[in-house]
Amino acid sequence: MRHLLKLVIVVVLLAWVSSPAQTDPPAEVDSVEVAEVTPPGPVTSLSVTDKDNDHGHATVLSWEASVDDSTGLANVISYEIFRWVPFAMDHVDSLRGQLSGLRAEIAAAEDVTDEMETRLDLLEAAFDAAIDNLPQAHGQYPQNGEWRSVGVVASGVTAYGNTGTKEPTSADYIPDYADLYYRVDAVTADPVVRTASEVYGPVQCYGQWFNTDRSPVLVAVLAFGFFTLLFVTLAKKGTDLYVRPLAGIEAVDDAIGRATEMGRPILYVLGLGSAADVATIASFTILGRVAKRVAEYQTALIVPTYEPIVMTVAQEVVKSSYLDAGRPDDFKEDTVFFVTQSQFAYVAAVNGIMLRELPATCIYMGKFFAESLILAETGALAGSIQIAGTDEIAQIPFFIVACDYTLIGEELYAASAYLGREPILLGSLKAQDYAKALVVAFSVIGLIFANLEWTWFVDLFHVAN
Amino acid sequence: MDFTTFCWTTFAAFVTLATFSFLYKDNPFYKFAEHLVVGVSAGYFVIILWHQGLVTNLFQRLADGDAYFLWLNSDRWWYVIPALLGVMMWTRFSKQYSWVSRWPMGLYIGIATGIAIPLEMSNRVNKQLYAMMVQVDWSNFFGHGGFNLLDVNSGLSQLIVFTGAVSALVYFFFSKAHTGIFGGVAKFGIWILMIGFGASFGFTVMARISLFIQRVQFIDQSWIHNAMDTTNENYFWGFQAVFWIMILLIVGYIVKELMQFFGSKGRAESAGQ
Repeated sequence: MRHLLKLVIVVVLLAWVSSPAQTDPPAEVDSVEVAEVTPPGPVTSLSVTDKDNDHGHATVLSWEASVDDSTGLANVISYEIFRWVPFAMDHVDSLRGQLSGLRAEIAAAEDVTDEMETRLDLLEAAFDAAIDNLPQAHGQYPQNGEWRSVGVVASGVTAYGNTGTKEPTSADYIPDYADLYYRVDAVTADPVVRTASEVYGPVQCYGQWFNTDRSPVLVAVLAFGFFTLLFVTLAKKGTDLYVRPLAGIEAVDDAIGRATEMGRPILYVLGLGSAADVATIASFTILGRVAKRVAEYQTALIVPTYEPIVMTVAQEVVKSSYLDAGRPDDFKEDTVFFVTQSQFAYVAAVNGIMLRELPATCIYMGKFFAESLILAETGALAGSIQIAGTDEIAQIPFFIVACDYTLIGEELYAASAYLGREPILLGSLKAQDYAKALVVAFSVIGLIFANLEWTWFVDLFHVAN
Repeated sequence: MDFTTFCWTTFAAFVTLATFSFLYKDNPFYKFAEHLVVGVSAGYFVIILWHQGLVTNLFQRLADGDAYFLWLNSDRWWYVIPALLGVMMWTRFSKQYSWVSRWPMGLYIGIATGIAIPLEMSNRVNKQLYAMMVQVDWSNFFGHGGFNLLDVNSGLSQLIVFTGAVSALVYFFFSKAHTGIFGGVAKFGIWILMIGFGASFGFTVMARISLFIQRVQFIDQSWIHNAMDTTNENYFWGFQAVFWIMILLIVGYIVKELMQFFGSKGRAESAGQ
């Protein structure tokens, strides 16, 4: 014991004697070694909220800058954002990787074995269970997890959006309805020297039913709906609603008469749109009108279609028109037929029909793309009267050049109302007109207000993406 | 290039020339090309729809990965509903039950319209209306850095765009006849539209010309050049034979057409005498 005491005393004395810091510091020391970076002040008032109007897998952080950001020691160069992540997330990542690999393996395999399918089923079940477990794992804070960096922003910035995806299969997935914890570090030039903020949490992110940033769209739809209901009601009550004549539509009846006199068919092309495209829907109405006249005059009608569903609807429309004209027996299913869903193969077929059948009238109404000029040129070559209408702005020039009459954009929609004179169509056309009048009025007022810098009015119309 | 590839290149050149022959008139070569492309595309799309539509979107989901399902081993049973809707479309083959096919059609059009309305309203009305409410750049009214009428960001350009947009909207107002001041504004609107259409037309024609040049280059470089390239290590007389057979085919058709033309002209003259 005595020896041990002596040994301790000697060691302490030696340490005191040999310590340079205590006695004489070295005369020349590298300045970098001595210039220790002082830890900056932490960010304060950290706040984390769920991001509004989103799918529910994102948060928004805001804070007050460190006292040493630009001022004070001015040594903060960035802020690093951390989220507490449970170790269960590593398990999810691992399963995600395995699942992705197995799916790739199955996709590449010529023969998918039962063993592969069993493995896939098991992996998918395990992955789903791991995802379901995430909210519970987040609830274990601060056990069984660690802080992980989710982003870095430059000094001076006091907000950050931690946006994830809603797809669990993506590595960026952030679970919704799980307790999330955040902290923000004020970082200096020496990344080791940093000061962490207080932890903020728990905060949960979740999706919203309504995206309030898009309220102007709702107001516009409601206003338009109101106008539509109003004018449809007025039209049903027999109020005379004026629609100015449209040259292209006035020509339709003449063109049908011409075809009848010449004993040649009428070719009606519905374009390449689907049955859900507004232009195609408008075209159905015009087709109905044309088919009715065709049935009355007993002229031949040819309707080659590009899409099976369009063909089905067009067949119904033509059939109804023949019924309305009192000639249901004259309707032939072959009047409306499917060609192909390949754009230029369809054009080749329609061009062939034009040159072989030599229709007296070609009507193109609907959605058209690069084929517009080819069709219209061939129709001109066949000596047909041509009437076209589309809302595809890029194709209108070609129709204007090669056709006798062209319905520009919205005239196509107007044409269906003008021809049908049905209260619903007429009412909606009137509603469109009044909506346009409102747009003109608001745009003029908005321009004036914007230049007076009364931006509150302009902001009323802003729609977020 | 080997001989097999050259034969396919010759076929591609033949189909290209056959398609261009439509510019002369409808003829057997064009008919061949037309029927070929229609037939091939129809067959192609059937396979595409089967493999990329039905198999991946329906069968595999119902079978949890299997390409085809003999047993429904998926918990995504609701995929049966669209499948049934698709089957309902087939009732069109029956006159008695064809009305059933209107249900899936109605559903499809209804859903699509429901999706389209807010999108169209947002993109084509709200956003454009907001974009029209600009703060005019009065300080650079005639252009940035001096008088420049082509400066699209100048205050004047902003006002022209605004006036053009309002005038075009007036043109599409159907509840009032285009007379008086209203008619004048509408006329200005259609001028603006026509200027836009003219620019669009020129732009697209340029793109089409480039496509045409591409095809000519294909015929020249990929076909004629390879037919004549005796330095090709795979070259043998077959290359030129295929080339000249096709040239003979084209020349033969031209001669036939000329003979028909002069024959009919001669008959017309003798009938006239």
